[in-house]
Amino acid sequence: MGRMHGMTMAEKILARASGRARVRPGEFLTAAVDLVMANDAQFPQSCKALEDIGLKRVFDPEKIVVVIDHWVPANTPMVAEMHRGIRATVKELGIRHFYDAGVGIEHKVIPEKGHALPGQLIVGSDSHSTTYGALGAASTGIGLTELAYVMYTGKLWFQVPPSIKFNLTGRLGHGVAPKDLMLALLGKFTTQAGQYKSVEFAGPAAESMSMEGRLTLANISSEMGAKFALFAADATTVEYLRARTNVPVRAFGPDEDADYEAVHTIDCSKIEPQVAIPHKPDNVKNVSELSEIRVDQAFIGSCTNAHAEDLQRAALIMKGRKVAPGTRFLVIPASHEVMVEAMKNGSLATLVEAGAMVGTPGCGPCAGGSTGVLGPGETGIASTNRNFKGRGGSAESFLYLASPETVAASAIEGRIADPRKYLPKGPQ
Amino acid sequence: MNIRGRVWKFGDDINTDYMAPGFVKNQPWELVKKAILHIHPGFTSGFKPGDVIVAGENFGCGSSREAAPANLKRLEVGCVVAESFGRIFLRNSIAIAFPVLICKGVTAEFEEGEELELDFAQSLVRNKTRGTEIRGTPLAPELVRIVTAGGMMQLLKQQAAGPGGA
Ligand code: SF4
Repeated sequence: MGRMHGMTMAEKILARASGRARVRPGEFLTAAVDLVMANDAQFPQSCKALEDIGLKRVFDPEKIVVVIDHWVPANTPMVAEMHRGIRATVKELGIRHFYDAGVGIEHKVIPEKGHALPGQLIVGSDSHSTTYGALGAASTGIGLTELAYVMYTGKLWFQVPPSIKFNLTGRLGHGVAPKDLMLALLGKFTTQAGQYKSVEFAGPAAESMSMEGRLTLANISSEMGAKFALFAADATTVEYLRARTNVPVRAFGPDEDADYEAVHTIDCSKIEPQVAIPHKPDNVKNVSELSEIRVDQAFIGSCTNAHAEDLQRAALIMKGRKVAPGTRFLVIPASHEVMVEAMKNGSLATLVEAGAMVGTPGCGPCAGGSTGVLGPGETGIASTNRNFKGRGGSAESFLYLASPETVAASAIEGRIADPRKYLPKGPQ
Repeated sequence: MNIRGRVWKFGDDINTDYMAPGFVKNQPWELVKKAILHIHPGFTSGFKPGDVIVAGENFGCGSSREAAPANLKRLEVGCVVAESFGRIFLRNSIAIAFPVLICKGVTAEFEEGEELELDFAQSLVRNKTRGTEIRGTPLAPELVRIVTAGGMMQLLKQQAAGPGGA
């Protein structure tokens, strides 16, 4: 018998969670999940689905986290009523880990409050639940019926995905953000690249990336179709989680001789600021090709790119400048914690002085649910993750995706602009 | 479980926003119905219950909204056979017992308006108009069991009613 190969991160986690010594891509298995994230978009309906068949308890209230973030603060009486229902239900079910409107977007709150840990298997009722892979967790999105099922049983079926690896080398240039790297990957490998796969980010540029940058990459991996998007848990992870959880956190990564379906090496120093043009996230161009595009609204927000670092880098560009007349500039910090930090370090003041409208931490107009949507015929540029037709407002609007830096530069010019010319010289 | 119907064809990357658009959220079904898959010029006006969908890569990509397959099911789309699916769409479809099949090469096998027959248990797709046959990727027996039980909530109901509960 030949020597056995080691396992990728996804394989290690699925093997542990299903009680097997090892697993292979393609195998179907039933696994116990370590954490379930439920949001206001699905939790009420899932609870109703359980009640409809006479069930009113959950497998383990400590392993379920509920976040209200999609419509905050409530924008219609119907939403207010729905939120009221959620508050009552979490009490009844004994769910302690509940984050009410204003705490932040689920994919920021879960890492921030120390719920997602390396080596865990996590499911969330949202397609961007891949985000927690930044902390070394195999995490993925599910719909409302599966959410109901897993909240009751704690278990779900999985097919072991093949793994692919992005080996990130070099350094991102001055004014080039993790978002640009991810858009470049989407442009090159398309939205199909991660279909049914577990994506691992490795290499020197991954190792030196901040936790916030990792969260951005793992988040948009969902647009690549990825089932999981994982970074090895290292010193950065341990440091990030130190003050956020009492659970001891250890390094976690793939076996050295793990098997990958493909390994792509990417030189980060070659990447320019990127913009995804309507209506697909892999419709990507260099920012220099789009300088003729006028924008009605520039939006920094969403679970992808409204971290404290993002606001800080945008502020560096906006410092002493003003938003172009005729352009609206909207900033929604990803969480209350981010907002407080941005207030303390002055970046929020800089953005407001430049003319930004600031919103309540939450999803905002990202999915067209809350205020700040685009009207028919309008063009927006946003630091979000999806530019499908009608996403973020009217079906007749046009949405471009870019880094917070590029969004800030575009707000200044009123048209899509390269952020690098507004940055102070020298490495950040 | 055999499903037979007239084919509507869709291309690649048909996302869930097209099947459950935000702009008809919470609207009456009569309005929702007219917006489902509005990306296809003839579909909203020409679809008849029982018709089926043949699609390219990544059908149902994007948001995790279960309303996407649920709307297709409520519209009485017989099944979707696609080159590949967005993974959450595939999971959601199985969870609510809406028949879907991954079938490489299916787009070349069908023209719009032709007659398709799906033998779900065997993962076999027949073109009744041409008299040809193509095989899709079989689903694991556990997943076929979920679909034949009528979906995950039905399964849970049976389990919860069984000895000792789930
Ligand atoms: S910010 Fe946007 S992408 Fe993120 S969870 Fe909210 S709606 Fe979804």
